[in-house]
Amino acid sequence: MSGSFTTTTARNIFYGGTLFFLLVFLALTFQNEQIIPQRDQRAMLSNPQIAAGKKLWETNNCVGCHTLLGEGAYFAPELGNAVVRLGSKEAVKAFIKTRPAEGIPGRRSMPQFNFSDQDLDNIAAFLEYVSKINTAKWPPNIQG
Amino acid sequence: MQYQSQAVAKPYFIAALALFAAQILFGLVMGLQYVMGDFLFPHIPFNVARMVHTNALIVWLLMGFMGAAYYLVPEETETELFSPKLAIALFWIFLIAAGLTVVGYLTVPYATLAKMTGNDLLPTMGREFLEQPLITKAGIVVVALAFLFNITMTVLKGRKTAISTVLLLGLWGLAVMFLFSFYNPDNVVKDKFYWWWVVHLWVEGVWELILGAILAFVLIKITGVDREVIEKWLYVIITLTLVTGIIGTGHHYYWIGTPEYWQVWGSIFSALEPIPFFAMTLFAFNMVNRRRREHPNKAATLWALGTGVMSFLGAGVWGFLHTLAPVNFYTHGTQITAAHGHMAFYGAYVMVVLTIISYAMPLMRGRAANSNKSQVVEMWGFWLMTVSIVFITLFLTAAGILQVWLQRVSDNPMPFMVAQDQVSLFYWMREWTGVVFLVGLVVYLWSFFVKGEEKSA
Repeated sequence: MSGSFTTTTARNIFYGGTLFFLLVFLALTFQNEQIIPQRDQRAMLSNPQIAAGKKLWETNNCVGCHTLLGEGAYFAPELGNAVVRLGSKEAVKAFIKTRPAEGIPGRRSMPQFNFSDQDLDNIAAFLEYVSKINTAKWPPNIQG
Repeated sequence: MQYQSQAVAKPYFIAALALFAAQILFGLVMGLQYVMGDFLFPHIPFNVARMVHTNALIVWLLMGFMGAAYYLVPEETETELFSPKLAIALFWIFLIAAGLTVVGYLTVPYATLAKMTGNDLLPTMGREFLEQPLITKAGIVVVALAFLFNITMTVLKGRKTAISTVLLLGLWGLAVMFLFSFYNPDNVVKDKFYWWWVVHLWVEGVWELILGAILAFVLIKITGVDREVIEKWLYVIITLTLVTGIIGTGHHYYWIGTPEYWQVWGSIFSALEPIPFFAMTLFAFNMVNRRRREHPNKAATLWALGTGVMSFLGAGVWGFLHTLAPVNFYTHGTQITAAHGHMAFYGAYVMVVLTIISYAMPLMRGRAANSNKSQVVEMWGFWLMTVSIVFITLFLTAAGILQVWLQRVSDNPMPFMVAQDQVSLFYWMREWTGVVFLVGLVVYLWSFFVKGEEKSA
């Protein structure tokens, strides 16, 4: 190993190999950008409620307890399919609205955020949009 | 310590360990909230505890990396740091910014914090691990650039070794990839896609370069094996890391709305990701077996070997466990992910930072190694923390398997919260093991204050 395989050889393989696979990755990314318009429901984004809902999702750090398409914290239910699981946007809004401010003794409880009706509409619109993304049939069932 | 300016690493290491302690305390709070849901509610809700837990981890590891760079670069380049004053100034800026951010998390509601810190200007908050307010993110960029300037100038004026080159590549990669944290489109698929360019390409990409460089440096010092041999290994390991890890990003692209071909690319390349970690284990043991001298710092040797083994188990084996798309379909976003995350971070990054601290701290305190008595205490800390993390991982894995079964596989799938109740036994066991981990950490920190006979440096 020490004869012809020198540190310089190893270094060149490192730079060459990294560059090659970086380029493959960038090519895949480019192709990815071509395909996702068929899967990501971007037409829905013309509805300003969705962007507003996403911002509420972010500025209240919902991902700190929930997962969204499987990413986030594992403390509270998956919300990528929340509208489907709860049955409607109205049910989602009602759930958020009725959280007890002081929690439930001994149980995990979602905080009461005191959202306005408009906020609730926006969040529900955002969650409905996420539920329509083509996720290759994930999650395995309605329970998320 | 051969160079005066290496001493700037010391405050970085001390602050890193203080943040480590904070991280573990908040981890215990979260662990308890898993089984006593109303613990500290509504004052410290779970999401707040989690932000402190994960962000403290990231910041203390970055502090450790910076300290490591300030310590090893002068020795590698055989020259003093370009500007020790800048290094100290950046330390205080970074520490105060991190402290204020945590105070912000704990004292005001997150939405208020977002409003106070200009999230409306450029919304970047509220995404996992990237929860920091905009001003903190900007501060991270400024500190990182000034730090890189300092280190790069030092390398440019001194000897250029493979170790300092790889370290620099890793640190520059870290800074560049972080810029993607400022990209946050409304389109959730694109948001998630590029979010991983920070998260995955950090921990399964450029951070591993930093890890390899630090480990190689310590191994040269404690084994006395030829630099030539160690540098060759280093290049082989980081080649394997990036060749597998870059396209390995694909294992995060299975279920977020991206094309299905990622399931093939992601499965193949991420299945190869354990190889560099296996090589790292071989490397560490090989070098220690071929050692040409008995270094008096046995504890540092133990940490270096531990890094090899535990990163292979945590990042390699536990990663492989659920990386193939047909398996991941059932395990994605469950406690299996949490199990892997805990051992991978501890084994790879926590342990490598503790390795360099173990090696460098005695030298910065004017001795070749700590007293035998102190090292024995440190090794107790090593074993208590390491064995605890193994059990934390096993309990979370058990919780995860049960969760997958009850919630996703059985004939009558249970709702999330009902399944959570069923696995609470394993959460309790994880919590108690977490308490043992804390004991291990306290023992480890205590070792810094244990005296005894020392050899001078």
